[in-house]
Amino acid sequence: MAKVFERIGADALRRIDLLGRTGLFLLESFAQCFVPPYRPRRIVEQIHFVGVKSLFVIILTASFTGMVLAIQGFHTLRKFGAEGLLGSVVALSLIRELGPVLTALMVVGRAGSAMTAEIGILRIGGVIMALDAMAIEPRKFLVSPRIGGSIVAVPLLTVIFIVVGILGGGLVGVGLLGVNAGDYFGRMEQSVEFADIAGGLWKSFAFAILIGWVCTWKGYHTQRGAKGVGSATTSAVVVSSILVLVGDYILTSVLL
Amino acid sequence: MSETAPGSPPARLQTLPDPDPDGPLAIRLVDVETALLGRQVLDGVTLDIPARRITVIIGLSGAGKSVILRHMIGLTRPDRGRVLVDGVDINLLSRKGLYALRNRFGVMFQTGALFESMNVFDNVAFPLREKTDLGEGEIRGKVERLLALVGLPGTGEKYPDELSGGMVRRVALARAMVMDPEIIFFDEPTTGLDPIIRNSILRLVCDTWREHSFTMVMVSHDIPEVFNWCHHLVVVRAGKIAAAGPTASVLASEDPFVRQLLTGDFAGPIRLL
Repeated sequence: MAKVFERIGADALRRIDLLGRTGLFLLESFAQCFVPPYRPRRIVEQIHFVGVKSLFVIILTASFTGMVLAIQGFHTLRKFGAEGLLGSVVALSLIRELGPVLTALMVVGRAGSAMTAEIGILRIGGVIMALDAMAIEPRKFLVSPRIGGSIVAVPLLTVIFIVVGILGGGLVGVGLLGVNAGDYFGRMEQSVEFADIAGGLWKSFAFAILIGWVCTWKGYHTQRGAKGVGSATTSAVVVSSILVLVGDYILTSVLL
Repeated sequence: MSETAPGSPPARLQTLPDPDPDGPLAIRLVDVETALLGRQVLDGVTLDIPARRITVIIGLSGAGKSVILRHMIGLTRPDRGRVLVDGVDINLLSRKGLYALRNRFGVMFQTGALFESMNVFDNVAFPLREKTDLGEGEIRGKVERLLALVGLPGTGEKYPDELSGGMVRRVALARAMVMDPEIIFFDEPTTGLDPIIRNSILRLVCDTWREHSFTMVMVSHDIPEVFNWCHHLVVVRAGKIAAAGPTASVLASEDPFVRQLLTGDFAGPIRLL
């Protein structure tokens, strides 16, 4: 019996230790952004990688999400004779939940996995150790720009997702299902408040940190060759996605 | 790079002159003990590395040679003991202090550890761009001079995956020298290379020493080639120093382990099967 408790205790200590180390990794990597020499170009490159290169996926996903929302919303609202509220339903769903969450999940799949793989390959190739030996802080070079790039790009992508989703919903709602364009956009203007937009952006900001944190951590601590890179990448995607969904629940509870 | 004339015997690396047999020490390890993943990899290592000379560390695989090198660079911290560089215990230094010290080092890793996404020029220029305020013109001049020195002029636009193993090591050597280091560390720089390329890398190391007189510390399996030109030899056995000192004195060692390692005899205390 004592051995069982011993094992549980050891496991708990290990997890607390891991939590502490991941926390320090984030804080120290973030702090490296403010240590000279400053290399803003590296953050701009990451904004391009996370943001611009994810644009097509985001626009595609957002269009179809908006269109599906419009179809589902229209048929539900029609039962209550409230088709005119379609714009509000689509906009609020996208601004509060679907925009931040789906954008984050898309970024995890497209950019987060690439971050992990890239850093992981550098780790197993000995480049991270070489950077350290050359007196170049590896976290400043590899991790900070990626977290910084995510923090800028993900909220911007979320805004684009929401706008494209609303337009996609409008295309189906107004163009195909016959909802009045004035109702669609007018009701939206009445029902969406600043707090809804701020809440959505706060979420996207939090998800950006989560994605950058988890994906760079997993890559930075990759072990055991090519198989290790594969495992780290899979693990980064799974853990980030779960944390985005769990984080969404927690943030929704706090923000509402 | 010198060429061997047709018909003449193969060129051998020449014994390098020892500039100062009683010269100062660059690095000193004092009673260093380290365990990694529950295994004792260094067990009371005390070792002196003389300044401005070439020291080669040899031993069986897994003996702890690379770990000793990593201690000297400060990449691994000992559980016990001290690692002194110019009399300063590097394990007492802050991260900033350690990085200031490492600015005096050049390190060439076994695989080269180059950025695959950067071309040769950018790989060699990388430390200069990261750590100096030199303009692109000065950087270009320095990098091209170094690439010529390592026998790779005009390869700046190539990427590491377009190079042979030997060329990758040469690029890594150029990168290790680009910051004008005082001490250069080599971690098995010729492992996996064919004899001709291996010899050319070792010759390059000797030529570099002749020109710059850096302190050089090399982990190597190139026995007996290294005996021809290294000034100091260190033999590591299971995390301990089996022998260390001027090459001639280590070669004269009567220790059965050292003798077997140096001669490569099958009979002796080393049992692999």
